[in-house]
Amino acid sequence: MQNSRIVRSSPHLHSGDSTRMIMLDVIIALLPASVASIWLFGWQSAALIVTCIAACLASEYLSRLVLRREQTVGDLSAVVTGLLLALNLPATLPLWQAALGSAVAIVVVKQMFGGLGHNFVNPALVGRIVLMVSFPAAMNQYVVPFWMSSVDGVATATPLVQLESFDLQTLFFGTYGGAIGETCAAALLLGGVYLVVRRVIQPTIPVVFIGTVFVLSWLISGDAYEATRQILSGGLMLGAIFMATDYVTCPVTTLGKVIYALGCGGLTVLIRQGGSLPEGVSFAIVVMNILVPLIERVTYATPFGKKGGERHA
Amino acid sequence: MGLFSKVRGGVKPPHRKHTAESATERMPVPETVILSMAQHIGPPCTPTVKVGDKVEVGQIVGDSDAFLSAPVHASVSGEVTAVTSITMPSGQAVQAVVIRSDGEQRVHESVVPPTVETYDDFLKAVRASGLVGLGGAGFPTHVKLRPKNVDAVDTIIINAAECEPYITSDYRELMENSWNIVSGVQTVMEFLDTQRVIIAIESNKPAAIKELSAIAASVSKPGREVSVQTLPARYPQGAEKVLIAQTTGRKVPPGKLPADVGCIVMNATSVSVLAWYLKSGMPLVEKRITVDGGAVAEPKNVLVPLGTPIKDVIAFCGGYKAPARKLLMGGPMMGTALKDDSLPVLKQNNAILAFDEEALLPEPTACIRCGRCVAACPMSLTPPAITAAYKTKNTDVLEKRGVMVCMECGSCAYVCPANRPLVQTMRLAKEMVRKASAKS
Repeated sequence: MQNSRIVRSSPHLHSGDSTRMIMLDVIIALLPASVASIWLFGWQSAALIVTCIAACLASEYLSRLVLRREQTVGDLSAVVTGLLLALNLPATLPLWQAALGSAVAIVVVKQMFGGLGHNFVNPALVGRIVLMVSFPAAMNQYVVPFWMSSVDGVATATPLVQLESFDLQTLFFGTYGGAIGETCAAALLLGGVYLVVRRVIQPTIPVVFIGTVFVLSWLISGDAYEATRQILSGGLMLGAIFMATDYVTCPVTTLGKVIYALGCGGLTVLIRQGGSLPEGVSFAIVVMNILVPLIERVTYATPFGKKGGERHA
Repeated sequence: MGLFSKVRGGVKPPHRKHTAESATERMPVPETVILSMAQHIGPPCTPTVKVGDKVEVGQIVGDSDAFLSAPVHASVSGEVTAVTSITMPSGQAVQAVVIRSDGEQRVHESVVPPTVETYDDFLKAVRASGLVGLGGAGFPTHVKLRPKNVDAVDTIIINAAECEPYITSDYRELMENSWNIVSGVQTVMEFLDTQRVIIAIESNKPAAIKELSAIAASVSKPGREVSVQTLPARYPQGAEKVLIAQTTGRKVPPGKLPADVGCIVMNATSVSVLAWYLKSGMPLVEKRITVDGGAVAEPKNVLVPLGTPIKDVIAFCGGYKAPARKLLMGGPMMGTALKDDSLPVLKQNNAILAFDEEALLPEPTACIRCGRCVAACPMSLTPPAITAAYKTKNTDVLEKRGVMVCMECGSCAYVCPANRPLVQTMRLAKEMVRKASAKS
């Protein structure tokens, strides 16, 4: 008995939280959006979700095996990546392309940099960007929800290009063409509230990100209605609530989070209004991901009692 | 006073104050006591007795010329059977006087109420009492009560926060010896010529707040104000810097002492023991210990002669009811894990906790940068940045990020979902900085 006594550093008590529980909460928060995607786009959504999650899990398992590292599939982070990537894809994307995007996200972006916690950009976002660059035609094939296509006969649409044709209700409930998980703002907001209530995320990043897009769009268009349409459309809700808040690739300091979210919002508007691409959320977040170490460096809180202001983390 | 924290960060561990209502029981005199010569911060004492000497309760058995020290007194009457070396929980080897008790508890002739008229007399008496900070730090009380700038001290804070889970020994002092505490408070106030005393108690001890508030109100007078302040039940309210900020709004700068912001913080039991010494002349020879944890048969508060082996204290509490996979001296947040239960109880101990399998914590996984440690740190530190600087051995960055401000409260590691050994890293990083600055 004496030999089996554990001697280790304090504290000897733990909150019981775990990475797995956090990932599970994110998955739960993404359920409304996942259900909405199936409601809107049918079995193709379900197939994409299953394919991406399976491909991410397999990629994670195999890369850890090849790298001879301990298995981490159980932390569920690969499920989150797969689910997020799937929700960022158009319903008609061939499944093999979705699987390829998943493999890139996990193997290249995550595991090659050391696995969970070490990647410097969001794996799912880079997966999406790689697919956009590799298969531009398939990735821009935004079908409108299948059960609506017979009603108004629109076969394809790039949502932000034809934004004028959608009213706020359509945008809020997502009954228009787009990536399967990004259109239904209602479902995404519900997931966001869950994450905040469960204290998985602080509301700072989504609020500042979406707020920045709203204010800048309003200033540019001079129209609050147009600004509202801007925040409800495209990948903004999905990006601001679920992608920009990825722990690994956002700052840990509160001031840093504000600066980072301001940058995300600013770049999104810049790309939407001035760039040749219709949507800029993914690129905006990835660019800000890369800037995170620099943002953290200038936003560390002043240690207790030290001179130089009373900035809190 | 508000229940909202004026200090950011902190965590809410479960209170688990199972023993709060168990009145103190005095344990029988143990067969032997082992009196460590290092029961305070500062150079250890030198034994003043030798093998074969007969000693009596209250007799000095170890003392030191060093300023930062406090004498050690015999807690039992009997015969010195050994002057030996023991390994303290910190790994440090120190001398110890072992006394075989004769069970008679004869009191030594030196135990007479001290004559105290001046501030100097008072400080001498405090030193003679052997008193150290009983909250856990073990800082010699006579040094604490002799700050360089004593005139600048306007507030004495009595720390009765007892924010660590399980521990109720200070709470029992508040409930059983409340008048003693207030009497000690008044004495300290007079000799230091301080205007106000704040007795700070966490909101989860309403009975103590009520009791002390009534007494404080009855003794408080203009220029000598005594008040009770309720603290939010949020760990670590009892940490000195947090407590000062919470009660007075003042912030102790890194490397400075509470007296530099006009405060002196004393543990509630310390001030009570001081009052008792001034009345009776009996130095610090026994201590109330909370014995609890899933592996202890009968958790209770025990009045223990100092130097009693932990296993004897556990035996008095019905022994282990399950294998003690983890044995702690102190609370679960900041206590020290022990290998050996034959180690003796020290002055600054306030709890012995023994845990079964419940003490097994999950293995660490990768940091996911969730930032919970950053939000939990009451000292506004950024553990991930400190960890990164530690790994690259960058002591400049470590200092800049304030690692030396870390008080090892454990809030960061408590909330870490990856269960990273953050406090361990902080300790190693602090040691790295100390070594680097010693070199340069």
